[in-house]
Amino acid sequence: MPEPAHKPYRAVVIGASAGGLKALSAILPHLPADYPLPIMVVIHVPPHRRSLIAPLFEEKSQVRVVEAEDKTPIEGGCVFFAPPDYHLLVERSFELSLSSEAPVLFSRPSIDVLFETAADAYGDGLIGVILTGANNDGAAGLKAVMAYGGKGLIQTPATAFSRAMPEAAIEACPSALILDLDDILLELKNAA
Amino acid sequence: MPNAIARTEDIELRLLLEAIFLKYHYDFRNYALASIKRRLTQARDQFGCRSFSQLQDMVLNESGMMDELLGYLTVQVSELFRDPAYFRAIREKVVPHLKTYPSLKVWIAGCSSGEELYSFAILFREEGLEERTMFYATDINADALRKAEMGVYALERMKLFTENHRLSGGKSSLSDYYTAGYGAATFDKSLRKRTVFSDHSLVTDAVFAETQFVSCRNVLIYFTRDLQGRAIGLFKDSLTRNGFLGLGAKETLRFSPHADEFTEFSRDERLYQKRGGI
Repeated sequence: MPEPAHKPYRAVVIGASAGGLKALSAILPHLPADYPLPIMVVIHVPPHRRSLIAPLFEEKSQVRVVEAEDKTPIEGGCVFFAPPDYHLLVERSFELSLSSEAPVLFSRPSIDVLFETAADAYGDGLIGVILTGANNDGAAGLKAVMAYGGKGLIQTPATAFSRAMPEAAIEACPSALILDLDDILLELKNAA
Repeated sequence: MPNAIARTEDIELRLLLEAIFLKYHYDFRNYALASIKRRLTQARDQFGCRSFSQLQDMVLNESGMMDELLGYLTVQVSELFRDPAYFRAIREKVVPHLKTYPSLKVWIAGCSSGEELYSFAILFREEGLEERTMFYATDINADALRKAEMGVYALERMKLFTENHRLSGGKSSLSDYYTAGYGAATFDKSLRKRTVFSDHSLVTDAVFAETQFVSCRNVLIYFTRDLQGRAIGLFKDSLTRNGFLGLGAKETLRFSPHADEFTEFSRDERLYQKRGGI
């Protein structure tokens, strides 16, 4: 069935690294409880086995926030964080898979891996968001998102805690929108 | 929606997996697509192929190609005592149960290059269970099995392994179990004297022994949910009543058709116990 023209988006993926917790705090807690899209997030964290990030945001947010387990069905209005030390992948069946494959650009979880597999599953129904970070993970991923017809949003480097990641994404994706965190939040709200 | 290029790629990918199955009997057709597609894309680029169809031609017609591709199709990343809390829970909570059995069989399913096996062998020796235990270490990758049987790992990994072992509640020094030389750590062969290494597929093979403990960590994540169901079914059939199943740190039986046949024995460490009477 064709989707209504004004709501073409079906999912959001977000990637962040250094300074990412603070940037995410300007977005996730401000989404309404009935936000309809699923949001998958990779934030680079040290590979400790248990992560406190999902519970931290669950506490502050109106949407549900969980750490992804293998083959979790993707649901709208839920934020799924990649667990430490695993890649997070989106299946065509709209389930989440985990993988212990080698790190990509020294990162596991890798933003590129999430974005590329999500683009493959959602095609032009995907929004990719690159936030602050100190390496170039995510640039190739966002390029894939946009190659499939999805929308790319990048945090303005000048407002980022660390500007390398947004700058690499801008270089790879010249047609992406470059926005402050407030406007990224607004875009995500309007996309739903 | 996926675009036309992606759809053509998918057709070629399915044909490649079918070709591998028909010729070599390795069945990756029901592996979770996202990960296997990524890895085969790497292989395609690495072997200088333009498409999965071209890779299919190579794997069907060039000798030795399948063995090389198997390195991409199977993921081999492990550590000794990976997730130390898992092994600590086994020591503290499972071992007391296992001590009530006169003889034990333990199945390390998807053992890869053997790190999990040596972890169990050391733990069972420390806990006084080794002499009554037979280990089965199985994998589909013959090359990985050979490495497992050799028990040689890069010396630089021993720092991490030693720390993991300590955090798992290790009762001895890890260095008691290997000899170091030429940048490598060679584990004592007495650790594997009670181990049978075997080629076994969770996708196409049947149960081969009655076991009291199955450890299968970070293997099922590469399967679709249907295929996971088959593998868990094998574990259930292999386990004795009240036998134990250990999964990876982020794996769960929650979405499995076999969920009702197990109880959560130690939730955080993903240790399950087969219910009595099944």
